[in-house]
Amino acid sequence: MNGNIALWLVQDGVTNGAIYALLALALLLVFAVTRIIFVPQGDFISYAGLTLGTLQLGQVPGTVYLLAGGGAIVALIEATAALRAGKSAHLPRIAVVQLGVPLAIAALAAWAAPRQIGPALQLALTLAIVVPLGPMLYRIAYRPLANASVLVLFIASMAAHYVLTGLGLVIFGGEGLRSNAISDAKFDVGVLHVGAQSLWVVGSSLVCMTALWLFFERSLYGKALRATAINRIGARLVGIPTALAGRLAFVLAAAIGALSGILISPITTIYYDTGLMIGLKGFVGAILGGMASYPLAALGALGVGLLESFASFWASSLKETIVFTFIIPVLLWRSLVSRHPVVEDEEE
Amino acid sequence: MSRSQRVAAACLLALVAAPLVLPEFYVTLLDYIGLATLVVLGLVVMTGVAGIVSFGQQAFVGIAAYTTAGLTTLAGWSPWGGLAASLACVAACALLIGLVTLRLSGHYLSIATIAWGIAIYYLFGNLPQLGQYSGIDNLPAVTIPGFAFDTGRKSYVLIWAITAAALLAARNLLESRTGRAIRALRFRSVMAESCGVDTSALKLVIFVYAALLAGIAGWLHAHYLRFVSPHAFGVNAGIDYLFMAVIGGASQVWGAVVGAGIMTVLKEWLKDILPKLFQHTGNYETIVFGALMLLLLHRTRDGLAPAFARWLPPRAAGELPREAPAPPRRERPAAGTPLLQVQGLAKRFGGLVAVKDLSFSLGAGEILGLIGPNGAGKSTVFNLVSGTLAADGGSVHLLGERIDGLPSRAIARRGLARTFQHVNLVSHMSVLDNVALGAHLRGNKGSAAAMLRADRDEEARLLAEAARQIERVGLAEHTLAAAGSLPLGQQRVVEIARALAADPVLLLLDEPAAGLRYGEKRALADLLRRLRAEGLTILLVEHDMEFVMGLVDRLVVMDFGEKLAQGLPLEIQRDPAVIEAYLGGME
Repeated sequence: MNGNIALWLVQDGVTNGAIYALLALALLLVFAVTRIIFVPQGDFISYAGLTLGTLQLGQVPGTVYLLAGGGAIVALIEATAALRAGKSAHLPRIAVVQLGVPLAIAALAAWAAPRQIGPALQLALTLAIVVPLGPMLYRIAYRPLANASVLVLFIASMAAHYVLTGLGLVIFGGEGLRSNAISDAKFDVGVLHVGAQSLWVVGSSLVCMTALWLFFERSLYGKALRATAINRIGARLVGIPTALAGRLAFVLAAAIGALSGILISPITTIYYDTGLMIGLKGFVGAILGGMASYPLAALGALGVGLLESFASFWASSLKETIVFTFIIPVLLWRSLVSRHPVVEDEEE
Repeated sequence: MSRSQRVAAACLLALVAAPLVLPEFYVTLLDYIGLATLVVLGLVVMTGVAGIVSFGQQAFVGIAAYTTAGLTTLAGWSPWGGLAASLACVAACALLIGLVTLRLSGHYLSIATIAWGIAIYYLFGNLPQLGQYSGIDNLPAVTIPGFAFDTGRKSYVLIWAITAAALLAARNLLESRTGRAIRALRFRSVMAESCGVDTSALKLVIFVYAALLAGIAGWLHAHYLRFVSPHAFGVNAGIDYLFMAVIGGASQVWGAVVGAGIMTVLKEWLKDILPKLFQHTGNYETIVFGALMLLLLHRTRDGLAPAFARWLPPRAAGELPREAPAPPRRERPAAGTPLLQVQGLAKRFGGLVAVKDLSFSLGAGEILGLIGPNGAGKSTVFNLVSGTLAADGGSVHLLGERIDGLPSRAIARRGLARTFQHVNLVSHMSVLDNVALGAHLRGNKGSAAAMLRADRDEEARLLAEAARQIERVGLAEHTLAAAGSLPLGQQRVVEIARALAADPVLLLLDEPAAGLRYGEKRALADLLRRLRAEGLTILLVEHDMEFVMGLVDRLVVMDFGEKLAQGLPLEIQRDPAVIEAYLGGME
């Protein structure tokens, strides 16, 4: 290996690592606020990548059916709850917000798909279709389990991932798609060919992380989320509804997942089940941060990207094995630095 | 013959008759159910009972299958040699993974199992020596002298003989000394440690046990299909196994058969109809499995086995243990020997000083009361002395031996038993089993002996001892009731019985009288006096002054983490500093 190749591998690793870092942050956020290990994060990556790719082909992406169907289920659940509570006055609002909005987005997508609406609008439309699926997933799959243990929620995550991946197969089929790069430009920096797409990825990740930081530091909602993450019961006592915090966390996580999918889809061919692997690499980073520290998680995820890039050079067929085996030394390190648990048993 | 024996006999008969009467297709299906049951059984014990969630069991199945495939086809080993090597490989991997992850919170282990399951899958798929994605074929069938298990029907015998044996062994394990400790792991590990259970070691044992069951299944799988390929050991296989365990539920080992049976049959059926529906091949069944799993979790955490159990005759509530001699007893120190010496004990939680420079001592055969207003640090002292918390300073000696810094299980071994302020019982376990957990250190038979039922004599002695302690505290009529079904006051008394079952020299009681009615309090005071007369030493934290004053020999009063006063009950009642602390002073 010479210096040029090494630099090229670093660039590749940093590009992927930036996406893993973004995902790791979203995973930490969801875990801190809801105690959910958000495995379906990966499905949002696939959904967004494939939705964008399908839109670029001038076709209606299958995710609009999920949006409409999910909206209908949520509307049904909310309406039943409202009727049981004797609040039939809420029904019109439920119909508009839970059913009307998703249907409107779906209709817009169906209208816009065959027309050449330009890359920026395609990106916006992709986000508009995929992001609402996040809070819908929270409402349908997780809300009924709000008081369950971390491990039960984890099993529920696996179940949700099963459903989403299976549905992904139904709506997108087994074929992969690679979307058009936002820009094909290349810059020569010294010996290095820097693709504009890489710059887009790293730049967007940085912007996104800064935005998250500002959101948590400066906005009321962000502070409410942090409060919930630190002390769930305390937050509820001062009037932050757990359900609101959960919904918000899922909106953010779905948005980050969708953005990652959009960013990575011009680099890698996306299949309906690609997302799981990408999402799990975010997890490896998150674990390095002890599922608690954001900067460490981002660094860890960057490390995963670099490891992957160098592994694919030295032993390309064993790339995935090397990346996922990396979790063992990482956990060993965590287990050595973690103080002996002052055991407080989980409640039955 | 009881009804449950008749059901068991009918099941056995059906199991034996199945390969003789069923068509090939169904025998194959039953073979697959048997293989899955073995893996799921490990998960029922590990996940359902002990609360350790693994999505990576397929990796252990795969490691075993590939080990035996490689050795039998490339190196010419016999399948039995392959079995030994497979299990050794699986055990080594499980030990490594377990050691690395089991000290961390549960979800680390779960994520790690997914990650390393993927790693193994890609390893199998990419190593040219292992045939990459096309796998290894032409494995030999398992043979015994004069017989080869070389067809689906013949393999059925092997698969189900092993599966049935594993089911029985698992049931035996859960109904044993180790089994009680396993059942306490999930929610009550602090209590289990205080009874002398090494919970980390036990978790590791269970993890390796479940991996070995998966390994046996992998070995059977390889020689049954005579072929291995990575596809059987992908991530989804691991998720399927866990779902099977959740479907079956954790209440009984038979849940493994229920879960494996339902999922295997459903999968077969869905794989048949769904591709026709979508006019394309693919894993569409995951949608159905995922949705059903969510619905199940939304409605119950107990799985479907209880629903099936409703059709079976009701289970007897268990039997009262037979008479048996007491397990070995500890030597009692002579009355008045210095038993517990606490010197300069200190504990901080961040900036809060919970206990500061506290010293007191106890002689054998004495009851010492530790009192003080709420938040005075009494329970912290308890946790420091019993080893549940580590002290920041000072020393604690028990019978002249320094015990601060030791884990609570080591202190329990030296003769200290305790109760908890917040009742700490395994609520779905019977009072008898809960109390027998207290006698954990008076037995030494391990998991292997339990599975083979070589522990029955010792087990009878432990249970008889538990029954005697339950009778001693006056709860004999509740012996077989679930501990969680008793009123809170009586649950506290069960805690005392559990502590007594340990045959302690020093008993630490944390607010034993809270929630008891007047008559029950008197009975409890009488019991404690009797225990003192028998030479037991008691350290008591209590709020109820009437209860304390008539009972204890001496009192230590704490306030803001420090000793305020000590002396005879009558002196303490007149001590102005104590009155100030309790009543806010008298003008």
